[in-house]
Amino acid sequence: MSANLIHMLIDATWQTLYMVAVAAIIGAVIGLPIGVFLACSQRGELLSAPLVNRVLGIVVNATRSVPFIILVVAIIPFTRMVAGTSIGTTAAIVPLTIAAIPFIARLIENAIREVDAGLIEAARAMGATPLQIIRKVLIPEALPGITLGMTLAVVSLIGYSAMVGAVGGEGLGDLGIRYGYQRFMPDVMAMVVIILIVLVQLVQTIGEWIARRVDKRAPRNRGA
Amino acid sequence: MQRETSAGAAILFDDVGKTYPQKGAGSVMALEGISLEVPAGAITGIIGRSGAGKSTLMRMVNGLEKPTSGRITVGGRDVGAAHGAALREIRREVGMIFQHFNLLSSRTVLENVALPMEIAGVPRGQIRTRASDLVARVGLEKLANRYPAELSGGQKQRVGIARALATEPKVLLSDEATSALDPETTQTVLKLLADINRDLGLTVLLITHEMAVVRDIASHMAVIDGGRIVEAGETYDIFTTPQHPTTRSFLSGVTGVTLPRFIAEQMVTERPEGPAREVIRITFLGDKATDPLLAQMSAALGLDVNILAGAIEEIGPRPFGNLLISVPADRGAEARSYLETHQQRTEVLGYVR
Repeated sequence: MSANLIHMLIDATWQTLYMVAVAAIIGAVIGLPIGVFLACSQRGELLSAPLVNRVLGIVVNATRSVPFIILVVAIIPFTRMVAGTSIGTTAAIVPLTIAAIPFIARLIENAIREVDAGLIEAARAMGATPLQIIRKVLIPEALPGITLGMTLAVVSLIGYSAMVGAVGGEGLGDLGIRYGYQRFMPDVMAMVVIILIVLVQLVQTIGEWIARRVDKRAPRNRGA
Repeated sequence: MQRETSAGAAILFDDVGKTYPQKGAGSVMALEGISLEVPAGAITGIIGRSGAGKSTLMRMVNGLEKPTSGRITVGGRDVGAAHGAALREIRREVGMIFQHFNLLSSRTVLENVALPMEIAGVPRGQIRTRASDLVARVGLEKLANRYPAELSGGQKQRVGIARALATEPKVLLSDEATSALDPETTQTVLKLLADINRDLGLTVLLITHEMAVVRDIASHMAVIDGGRIVEAGETYDIFTTPQHPTTRSFLSGVTGVTLPRFIAEQMVTERPEGPAREVIRITFLGDKATDPLLAQMSAALGLDVNILAGAIEEIGPRPFGNLLISVPADRGAEARSYLETHQQRTEVLGYVR
């Protein structure tokens, strides 16, 4: 494999990491409040707003049911508005983020629903406001679940990022398609796949390690 | 009469009712016509079976549930009418402990105790010292930096108690706080509650389905059944002269004075023809509980007295005895009048041949 190709692989890896990292961070920042709201806004819950909950749920489901490759093409005008251009790696972050938000929101909603209702009751009995309950009880208690959810989201985003070549986004997936497939370079394809496998393994391992660190529910270091 | 005594009440239920709307039509009654004074500075126990409504009753004290009729006042403030900031203000003056502890698994013992103060906006430095003091108060200073998952049930409930005291409440609610604990741990937790009540002059309202809990620490009690209070008053009076069948059935489990089965099975309520024996329950009160009264009666009346079951117990510092005896049926009235002239309460349970 030529030095040139190795250089391209390194570049593509960085581009993939860049797209996934930015999309995951923005997705989490926007997805977290949506997820919290979805978890707390059914009738009779902390922020009871059943109608808004319903509408938001439908929007989230609709976004999640559009295949990613179609989403990428469908929101090109929006991408141009946000990123100034509709092609390139930075532009590709827009559809990735749009796909990440509802996904992360649902994962966070699930993690928060797992929190024991007794804790919410205890906090209410202390005179906590709904916002205090969310900040001091729900999010800290759901953190192990949120961490695992974010790990899953990042792994999925690495997969999605392979499709953004369709709008001129670069990265490992794009490199694999253009060189490995279209130019019949099986060694490039093999390298791309290996790097992706290593990336996913790394993300999963780090995610699980953090989740274990923040999880205080089981006694630690017993007999270990 | 209610006006006069309500000054000493920390919590006042005034004709409180609660119904839940049901799917379709109608509603389910959970509580009805509840009027109760919870005296300030005392420990009051509410006892009832599961589903009797006791939990709903307690949750109305800090506004976790709203009454559908009537009024609940805590320290003179109407809880049912309070909303938002006013309600949260009342809640900070009412601590609560729970059957399943409800501690945050993500926080250490110290941090759990700090939570109510963080919520109330107490300055950081103050939180730190007060939380440490409280953790020491419940005897957990060595475990201050452990997480709840590393503690036993009794230790968790101690954390719960320390947390409930964090905002210096005037009232402490205990929702089946010892029901998930073994008997020995129950005793230590109850003792802690009694100590706190004595040292801080805190009003304690506890609900339980165990009569022993009420006997051990509550000076006042109420019995709730089917959403109504069937009996209320001082624990001593209710234990010694229970009026309602529900109270009696709770008591039979704790006082250890049930008839042996071979007698209970052949006992009849009407006096049969021919020779028979009358079964009498005697309740020995106060100082007389330790007098050898039966021996004296036997000698004075020349009666043969058969003791079927009995026990002497203490409620607070006051002893009382419960004794089941049988005497010849034709001399039953004579025996009862002898006992009553000696200030004992008697009750005819039935007759056996």
